[in-house]
Parts: sequence; C-alpha cells; structure tokens
Amino acid sequence: MDAVSAAAREVAVEHGNLAARPRWRDRLSPVQWVRSGGLAALLFALPMLLIFTAFSWYPIVRLVVLSFEHTNLVDPPTWAGLDNFREVIHDPLFATAVKNTAYFAGLALLFGYPIPLVMAVLISESRRFRGLYSALAYLPVVIPPVVGVLLWKYVFYEPSSVGLFNTILGWVHLGPYGWLQSPGTAMPALVVEATWANAGTTVIIYLAALLVVDRDLYDAASVDGAGLWRKIWHVTLPQLRGVLLVTLMLQIIATAQVFLEPYLFTSGGPANSTLTVLLLVYQYAFGNSVGVGFGQAAALSLMLAAFLAVFALVFLRATRSWSTT
Amino acid sequence: MKSIFRAMTLAVVVSALLLVVGAGSLATAGQRAKVTISVAALRPGSSDEAQKQFNDNVALFEKQHPNIDVKAVDYAWDGATFAAQLAAGRLPSVFTVPFTDARTLGEHRQVADLTAAVKKWPYYKKFQKTIIAEATTGKGRIIGVPYAAYAQALHYNRQLFRQAGLNPNKPPTTWAQLRKDAKQIARRTGQAGYAQMGLNDNTAGWILTTVAYTLGGRMEAGRGTAATATLNNKYTVQALQLLKQMRWTDNSMGSTYDYTWPTINQAFAAGKIGMFINGSDIYTFLVQAANLDPKIYGIAPIPVAKNKTAGVLGGGSIAVVRPDTKGAKLDAAMKWIDFFYMEKLVKKTAALRDTRILVANKQPVGVPAFPIFNKKQFDLANSWIKPYVNVPLSQMNPFLKGIFKQNLYPEPGASTQSLYHALDPVVQAVFTDKNANISSLLAQANDVAQKAIREGK
Repeated sequence: MDAVSAAAREVAVEHGNLAARPRWRDRLSPVQWVRSGGLAALLFALPMLLIFTAFSWYPIVRLVVLSFEHTNLVDPPTWAGLDNFREVIHDPLFATAVKNTAYFAGLALLFGYPIPLVMAVLISESRRFRGLYSALAYLPVVIPPVVGVLLWKYVFYEPSSVGLFNTILGWVHLGPYGWLQSPGTAMPALVVEATWANAGTTVIIYLAALLVVDRDLYDAASVDGAGLWRKIWHVTLPQLRGVLLVTLMLQIIATAQVFLEPYLFTSGGPANSTLTVLLLVYQYAFGNSVGVGFGQAAALSLMLAAFLAVFALVFLRATRSWSTT
Repeated sequence: MKSIFRAMTLAVVVSALLLVVGAGSLATAGQRAKVTISVAALRPGSSDEAQKQFNDNVALFEKQHPNIDVKAVDYAWDGATFAAQLAAGRLPSVFTVPFTDARTLGEHRQVADLTAAVKKWPYYKKFQKTIIAEATTGKGRIIGVPYAAYAQALHYNRQLFRQAGLNPNKPPTTWAQLRKDAKQIARRTGQAGYAQMGLNDNTAGWILTTVAYTLGGRMEAGRGTAATATLNNKYTVQALQLLKQMRWTDNSMGSTYDYTWPTINQAFAAGKIGMFINGSDIYTFLVQAANLDPKIYGIAPIPVAKNKTAGVLGGGSIAVVRPDTKGAKLDAAMKWIDFFYMEKLVKKTAALRDTRILVANKQPVGVPAFPIFNKKQFDLANSWIKPYVNVPLSQMNPFLKGIFKQNLYPEPGASTQSLYHALDPVVQAVFTDKNANISSLLAQANDVAQKAIREGK
C-alpha cells in the first residue's frame, strides 16, 4: 500500500466513511481467524511482546515511578512528588555535568564526526586493498570497549615516561604529560579514545551509502573538470546528506549519554572535570552504600531522556527539508 | 494376673512404639533442621593457597556443626553495588563491611540486628568500648561483630630507602622528615617518594582525612543528622598545603595521582612507590593478591603533630548478617561468625587451629593489627601464636613499637562516605592544578558534606 492511499484511508475512517473500513475483519469468526493464521501470528509475536514488556517497557515505567519516590530499594518507598527533580536541579554538580557533557559532545562532533567521513571517502577512492582498509577501520569496534579503554589508559595515556605517547614525545624532549590527570587534557583524551573506538561503525555506514552514489555523477563532474575535492563537495556530500543527518543525530544522542569512558578512565575526575550526566546518574544511584539516591538517579535519567526526545524531534523537523529520507 | 500382665505388655509395646515413632520424628526433625548459610569468602583473585585455607576452615566448621551447610561465596565489599545486591537478594548470609559503613547501614536497617545474639557470647564484655561502638546504632542496637581493627599506617619500600641512601630502619617520624625523604627517594631512584590515593571513589577524601587527623583536625562535630561538617578547618588546609608542596614544589609524588585502594597497593608491591598511607593490616592483601616481595616491606606509624588533638585514624572490619536472615539460619550465621572471626581472638585452641591452617597454606601469620578486646587479651592471643609468626616482624618493628604510643581516633561518624566523597575533588584539584584555591574548594566541599549529613546520606 502506498503512502497516499494509506493517508486517504485514514481520512476516510476519521470521517466515518464505513465503506473505507477494512470490513473483512468483521466477517471473520474466531475459527476463521485461527485458520487464517491470526493465532499463529499472535503466538509468533508473543515471545517478543513478553521480552519487551519485561526488559524494556516495564523498566521504563518503573523508572518513571521511581523518579517520584524516596527509596533505598529495601524499605517500602514513599511518595516524593517533585523532590527528586528539585534536588537534581539544585545540585551544583548538575550544572558541571551538563557543561562537561556538552563539552564532550562538542569535541566529539568536531573530531569524531568528520573523521569517519574522510576515512570512508578515502577508502572508497582507493583502488586496491579496499576490503583490508575497511577491516582495519572496523577493527577497534570489535575490541571489547572495556579492553579498549584499559589499553589506552595503561599503554597510550600512562602518565610516566614509559607511556606510549610520552615515549614518542620524549624523543623530541617533550613531556611526560599526565593526559588523564589534568583537568585541561582529560576530556580531550577521552574524546580521542571514543572516536577511535566508535568511528569504524560510521565508516561502514558511509561506505555502504557511497556504494549507491551514481558513478555517472562523478564522470559528469570529471568531464566538467572537477578535481577530487570539488567532486567530494559537489557530488559525494550532497548525495550522502540523508545518511549524514541521521548519523549526526545519532552521534549527538550517543555522546549525550557518554558513560563508559569517564567511568573507566577517570571516575569523573580530576576535580569533576570529566563528570558527565550519566556518570552523575551512576553516582546518585551507586555512590552511597545505603542507596538513598535511586530516586534522584531516576529523575535525572528521565530528564535526559526527555531532553533527547525533544532534541530528536526538533532536529528531524529542522532538517526535514534537507533530508533525502 | 493374666490381665495385668497383658495390660503391662500392651503398655510396654505402646511405649516402645511411641519411642520408635518419637525417635523417628526427632531424627526427621533433625534432618529438617539442617540449614544452609552462604558466607563471604575471599576476594576474587586470591591465591590458591588462600582459597584452600578458607576451605579447610569451612570443612572443619561443618564437621563441628553437622546440621549446618556452609556455601562460600567470593566477596569483596563494594559500597557502590551494596544496596542493589541487597535488594536483589544476592548478598551472602554473612558478609563483612568496613567500620566506615557499618553504622550507616545499621541506621537504615540494611543489616540484621544481632544485639541479643552478641550479648549471649561469653566474651561480649571484653570488647573495647570504642570498637563495639563502631557496630552500634544511635539507638544502642548491635548490628555487627567487629573482628579486625587497624590503625592507618605508613607503608614504605625498604629497598627504595636503601637505594636513596636512607636508613630503612629509621622511617620518618615527622611530616617535615617524610617530605625530605620522599624528595630524596624521588630524586635518587626515579620512583614516587610518596604517593596517595586520589580517585573520585571516596579514597582520596579518606586519606586526606587521615592526614588532617595526624595534624590535629576533625571533619565533623556532633552526631547523626545534627552533626556539623568542619571540613574547612585549619588542619585540613595545612594537610592540603603539605600535599601541594610535595606534588608541585618537591615533585616527589611521581606521575600517577588517581590511585585507588587496589591500584596503590599493586604499584607499591611493584616497587613504584617509596611511601604511602593505608591500613596497618594490608600486608595480607599485598602478599596474597599483589605478589609483594616481603623483603622490601616496611611499616611505621604515620607522623603525628605535637598537639592534643593530633592522632591516627582507625578503621576495621565488621562481620554482619543479611537483614532477612532469621531463626535457625541466624543462629547458624552467628556460629560461623564466632568460629571464623572471633574464637581465635579469645580461645587458645581456636587460635592455634586457625594459625596452623594458615601456616599449612603458606599464609601470613602475625600481621600488625589493633586490639578488638582489651590490650591484655590482645597480648595473650599474640603470645599463643608467637611460634608460628611468619611475617617479617623485624621490618615491622617501627610500627609495632610506635603505634601504641599514638592516640587512635574513629572515623567521622555521620555520613562518612559522603563526607569523603565531598573531599575527593579537593584532593584531585590540588594534585592536578598548581593554582588550586584550597580555601574555596574546602568551603564548597563543606557545603556538600553538610547537605549529605543533614539528609542522612
């Protein structure tokens, strides 16, 4: 069914046009419904419905309830109204976490967003070993994230002179630097690792998108005398804009939820310089052995989810006219 | 006569039947009464010998108590996941918590009330008042059994001392001397002269509090939610200035400022640190889990300033029981606590039994500790195991001789972990920012700690 006829049917239904209603459903008896595969379809869908209910929808509902409660998970919870939200907003660390998260997202956008695109274009332009380059670009994604972080922490960012980066800088008589131990360099250091770890997936997406770009467009550009950069600017980027917009939105959503890197690299330090929103959620929930911050953790999670939902809506509306999808 | 005989025979038969049935029911009841408890065992990753030593204890306990099955569970205290584990029912029946957390957990009814059971023990009255107070709530309920106490101590690497031209038998006794020695070690060996825990997981605040105590400071006044945070006192400022000088002026603290409990121990065992502060009982961990070469190990009291309030921060471990443990299970849990943690401190046979198992499994015996009961009992218990001591006692002499001359003070009582957490970023700022404004940072931390205290967090 195409989009126009579906819309027409919706309008007809809204206006009470019975003729447009799917009357065949009314005519089926239960036996006929079973025989026509209705029961089988329901049974096939049931495991998915149960799993989603148990592991996805129920926790979301529970989180919403939790955000309005005072609880330590052991004693019976008590109604808190908006207290948890108020406490989060008045917490001085809330502003720090929001600022740091925005900083991480900004840096990731600055470095992490163009790099996969450049890599994908270069790989697609290469005449030999394209598969090998793609595999190499994707390799960091295959490494378990915790292993990746520990590798960077203890090999690349090791603050003494035996650290890999400090050894290289030592050859030109620079350093050693405490990459993760200075408020100025800690966050950029996290962004560099995160870019390394995650760029591979985006490269593969761009490579797939580049496959469908009509080669005739490049040939036509060549005939018009365009060089490599003009082809990229006038052909590749416009052709990829739909994918670019989606990856941009997904990257902003992902970086707003950054947790692994600050948690494993710095625990939010030094001096809260890498404390992100999700790490603050973690600290509310697990920073105290008596567990009295679960309500605040839920409240902040909800605030972040609401912000990202609004952001996604605004982004989709604002970029609708540019998008190809 | 015949009828009397018949009646008597009947009575005997009935009685015999009743006896058989009764015995059968008793036996069945006995079998039914068999309880299983799970108990905290060793940290994950402990050596095979340590595991065997623990298992030997379990086997012996089960032999002594045939009605109790003990299920050992790898365990390490983790404040972050405690509440979630408790809610999910994943904690063992008996586990251990640090002094730091015990009272707060008790106030929130997150561990079982053991008052009646503990008071039945014959040695209950021998507990040091300050020690049992660590496991007693504001309402006087006993919620755990303190079984090990320590004083914060200065651990040092004798090999690095020698390499730096220092006498390893004469560790520093003043902060000025410590600073000088740290500088000398750093300059001559290239390793950190002095290092300190600095991660944002409450350990940075804990060690800063320790240093402030040695200078005479306190972090709180009063009790419970009515306590006043006093983080920004002149001694804490002095402690931070001292750290700042070692970090930035002397450059004697190496290059790692985000150590936490296990990582600083591992770095020390690996020979990367000249001196650091930690509990006096960490030798076992250093040997079992960090592969320390005992020859390099030295321990001394932390230097204490000469004023009336200066002293050493104490700490320790408390055996507690899950709050939903009741009846026969609770009895079994108390028997395990008595057997595994307490008997060796008060009964010679138990002390020797425990020590022999330790020796057979090549585990440390004689690690410096602090008295749980009175000093007389402590000395007596030490005399029982003296022939089996296998830790390098001569290298521990500076601590053993000096510690009982120092005043030992408990940790801040209200919202202890939150208070330490408030101090974490202050320590980190001093370590990572040469121009950190100590007064301003401490004022902010004080506000955060005061809020946590008021809210009972």
